[in-house]
Amino acid sequence: MSMMALIKKEVKELLTPATILPIIAMTLLFGMLGNAIGGAVKEAREKPSIGVVNVDDGKFSDIIKEECNKMARVIYNGSSKEDIEEGLNILKNKGSALIFIPANFSEEIYKGREGKIYIYWIMRGAGIMDSIPFGAIESILTLIEREISTILVEEKGVNASALSPLNRSETTILKGIEMQGVSPGIISNMISSQSTTVPIIMMIIIIMAGGMVISSMGMEKENKTLETLLTLPIKRRSIVIGKIVGSAIVGLLMAVIYMIGFSYYIQSFQQTLPLNLADYGLSLSFLDYILIGLSVFLALTAALSLCMVLGTFAKNYKSAQTLTLPVSLLALLPMFMIMFKDFDTLPLALKIILFAIPFSHPMMAMRSLIFKDYALVIGGIAYVTIFAFAFIALAVYIFNTDKLLTGRIKRGK
Amino acid sequence: MNAVEVNELVKKYGEFEAVKGVSFNVNEGEIFGLIGPNGAGKTTILRIIATLLQITEGSVRVFDYDIEKEADEVRKLISYLPEDAGAYKNLTGREYLSFIATFFGGKKEMVERGIEIANLGKRIDDKIDTYSKGMIRRLLVARALMNKPKLAILDEPTSGLDVINAQEVRKIIQRTVKEGTTVLLSSHNMLEVEFLCHRIALINEGRIVEEGSPEELKEKHDAKNVEEVFLKVMK
Repeated sequence: MSMMALIKKEVKELLTPATILPIIAMTLLFGMLGNAIGGAVKEAREKPSIGVVNVDDGKFSDIIKEECNKMARVIYNGSSKEDIEEGLNILKNKGSALIFIPANFSEEIYKGREGKIYIYWIMRGAGIMDSIPFGAIESILTLIEREISTILVEEKGVNASALSPLNRSETTILKGIEMQGVSPGIISNMISSQSTTVPIIMMIIIIMAGGMVISSMGMEKENKTLETLLTLPIKRRSIVIGKIVGSAIVGLLMAVIYMIGFSYYIQSFQQTLPLNLADYGLSLSFLDYILIGLSVFLALTAALSLCMVLGTFAKNYKSAQTLTLPVSLLALLPMFMIMFKDFDTLPLALKIILFAIPFSHPMMAMRSLIFKDYALVIGGIAYVTIFAFAFIALAVYIFNTDKLLTGRIKRGK
Repeated sequence: MNAVEVNELVKKYGEFEAVKGVSFNVNEGEIFGLIGPNGAGKTTILRIIATLLQITEGSVRVFDYDIEKEADEVRKLISYLPEDAGAYKNLTGREYLSFIATFFGGKKEMVERGIEIANLGKRIDDKIDTYSKGMIRRLLVARALMNKPKLAILDEPTSGLDVINAQEVRKIIQRTVKEGTTVLLSSHNMLEVEFLCHRIALINEGRIVEEGSPEELKEKHDAKNVEEVFLKVMK
């Protein structure tokens, strides 16, 4: 009986809103992430949509068409070189690649030479999951090559051209930019490596500085210094801003120290990059860097103001630590989502969620600016500014009420 | 001018009424004591006057400033010492006093006065983390009085202090009043109240049940001391 009373007391003490709410928040966030990944997995199971423009009338081009019809969803069929443009237009929003088989393709192979095949890859995003259809198309091409090889070996015996009958010419089209001789995999890797740094910096800064603001409030309450602070001849607004700025300085300092180590890690694989994206106009200007800096600064302000509001719920240092969990998850979620998918290729619901999380914007900014998508970046900056001001105002409002000391926001009057 | 004017003050926490229509005045230059059992509403009243809690009904003025509409002006005049206050443990005693002094003009003399009141000797330059409860309390009393506030609101000023230290703090309070500060304090220590206060108000269940100078109250209730008054009134 006494054991039951003890267990009941422990459960009651541990099961408080401060412990339950972060877990609910975490569950919701994992649900969202699962939805995003689940959508991509479903997409991976589907046949890729492609187009085929065949100018050749030989046996091997028939094999290509046959295999494509069997293993992919061919949504465009063309029969002249001029059809390429039309095909690319049709595939722009729903296809992944267009295969162009030129005249004399089969004849060249029969002559013992490589048959040239043109592949136009249509990339809509640079996330890991945006590349899933390309893997399936690569498999189809490998299968086609193997089938042609088998026919050649059966008919002509083993020789070098029979083992490698196809000569691929690749062009990747990403957000209207054509990159010749480059596969989507290389582009995806390069853009990811260049745009990974900002999300990781953001995540570290938010977790560090945000945790500090919340802990600072918890410590004020635990050390019983808050009441003295609130009776000093200083505006409550100044107390809120002082806490935010102080935490931002320490958080940034810590993030810089972390980033020194992380930059060595990034440099280690950036040295081996196979092409220069700037050659295709995919580089950042001085203005772009200013916009990224502004986005980072505002997102940090938004994060700290959100943490300040959360901090008012902290009863002590321990409960403050629990309250940092939802903020950490809000920082991790966009980082993972952006890693997996581009904003443009996300379902609408996830786009709204990603946009609503203020920390997403600096994480997306670099990739968006590489492709000159200023609308998303500037829209994000505007949204984060409003978010930051709204939460600073809310924090100041709470500081002007009894909430900090009594746990009640509603005024008695 | 009255230092504090409390009129029909009501404070509710949800349905619970902690203060039920309290009215009293504190004259400028006096020590006014609020005494009562635990949960009587003393700390709530002090917190309201210190601009920490909002009023449900009624009004409070400090040196003629409305504490809700002119809270910033009130904060320039007051100094509040909460009962269980703490200090920033990573600072030294001197750094803590200097930090607080910055909000009152940051004068060096103010800090020196604080150091004198705290009377911590060389320990003033040690981290507060290493202080005993009594040392922290002395530092906090020094913090509350070093800027010579017009109104010092002291919630159990000698709480946690030994007899010698408590006596020292009482002397400091008396000295501060002579220098022009009005003191509003709460205490459980009836001897302290009798020794320090010019006037007192006895509070029970959120209401003032008796008010006057210790002498007046002793005479009225035919009691030898304030403690006896308190016990008689609470019955």
